[in-house]
Amino acid sequence: MSLALDIGSWLLFGIGSLVLFIGAVGVLRMPTLYTRMHAASLTDSLGALAVLGGIMLQAGWSLAALKLLAILLFLLLTSPTSSYALANAALLNAEGGSKPDEEAAQ
Amino acid sequence: MTILFAVFLLSMLVITAVAIVRSSDLFAAVMLLGIFSLLMAANFFVLDAADVALTEAAVGAGISTVLFLGALALTAARERSRLGPPGLALVVSLVMAATVVYATFDKPALGDPNAPVHQHVAPWYLEQTPELIGIPNVVTAVLGSFRAYDTLGEVFVVFAAAIGVLFILSGDRPVSQVFRPKDAPSTRGLKHHLIPRIVGKLLIPFIFLFALYVQFHGEYGPGGGFQAGALMAAGVILYALLVGEGRALEALPEPLLKGMVAGGALLYLLVGVVCMLLGGNFLDYSVLAADAVFGQQLGIILIEAGVGIAVTGVLLCIFHAFAARDSGI
Repeated sequence: MSLALDIGSWLLFGIGSLVLFIGAVGVLRMPTLYTRMHAASLTDSLGALAVLGGIMLQAGWSLAALKLLAILLFLLLTSPTSSYALANAALLNAEGGSKPDEEAAQ
Repeated sequence: MTILFAVFLLSMLVITAVAIVRSSDLFAAVMLLGIFSLLMAANFFVLDAADVALTEAAVGAGISTVLFLGALALTAARERSRLGPPGLALVVSLVMAATVVYATFDKPALGDPNAPVHQHVAPWYLEQTPELIGIPNVVTAVLGSFRAYDTLGEVFVVFAAAIGVLFILSGDRPVSQVFRPKDAPSTRGLKHHLIPRIVGKLLIPFIFLFALYVQFHGEYGPGGGFQAGALMAAGVILYALLVGEGRALEALPEPLLKGMVAGGALLYLLVGVVCMLLGGNFLDYSVLAADAVFGQQLGIILIEAGVGIAVTGVLLCIFHAFAARDSGI
């Protein structure tokens, strides 16, 4: 049983790390602000889900797992919201004057 | 494993510090400062200093980023070009760095049980805390009871900082007007942005709940008045950003905020004075109740409440003072 849990959590760690790594590469390699955010925001949520899920499997049925669940819920709510706020600010800024694409392409 | 993690964190700290210094975009520098604080918090946690880590994360990465952004809104977002070559500054920095590095050669190794700092009063604190105070978190016992004078001093430093910031930011206006915007109050907030508003509404009650948990759980786990005050202020600042500073000032009006700044510090002082009146020493809580251990716990809860109230008030006062000021004065 504990072996299965270990394998499961390491699998989740691996998936999470891979997804987060892909996100980091995307942030560095993508050409414009919006595509960079696309890379960062999606992978952020999935990566956090996988990594925290892996830690929760390690924690088992305990208070720590509950706390991790609270952190996970917090991240799942705030991470897309902050991405939305950032994209929205970039859009409003673009309407006002300079284009975010040009700034990001520097 | 831990040493690997610590080395990784410390190298990230150095990289972030260099990036902060080299960046001429001040917005980027502020964000990097937040990352620096978060790395520092992780570092403290690796060193088993959970209380300090919590403070660093709440104040360093949270509130100070907001305050820096508030300051940036009043000034330019770009650093002005440097004046002249950095010759003298470079020499001074190198000499100072060499001195500090030389001084570390005399430092005992990390975690060395024979280090002087672990031989002085620390063993006494660890032995006597369960007996004299009866709470599991020794940090809170040391901070709240054994070294209550130091914490009182810290609270009054925070108090003095708030007074100074209010006086500086009031400019040519009287201090009583410092929270009132001069023209066109920015009370709009993010009302027209559905997603942040709804998510903020969902989260704010839980932020307050967590702040109260940190406040009252400080005797049992990491936490206490400083951390709880920062979290509480973060919740109110989030509310102010969502619905506008005007609405936040209606909910927590200016006299209340200023009263919290003074009242929290005074509550701490008053606990000490009551101890003296009951025949004990200043801030010796044992006389507060018939049972000395319960008296200690009561005293710690009271002074932690004072710290929490004062820190919340101070951070909110500084935030509102920044928010009310328009640029170009």
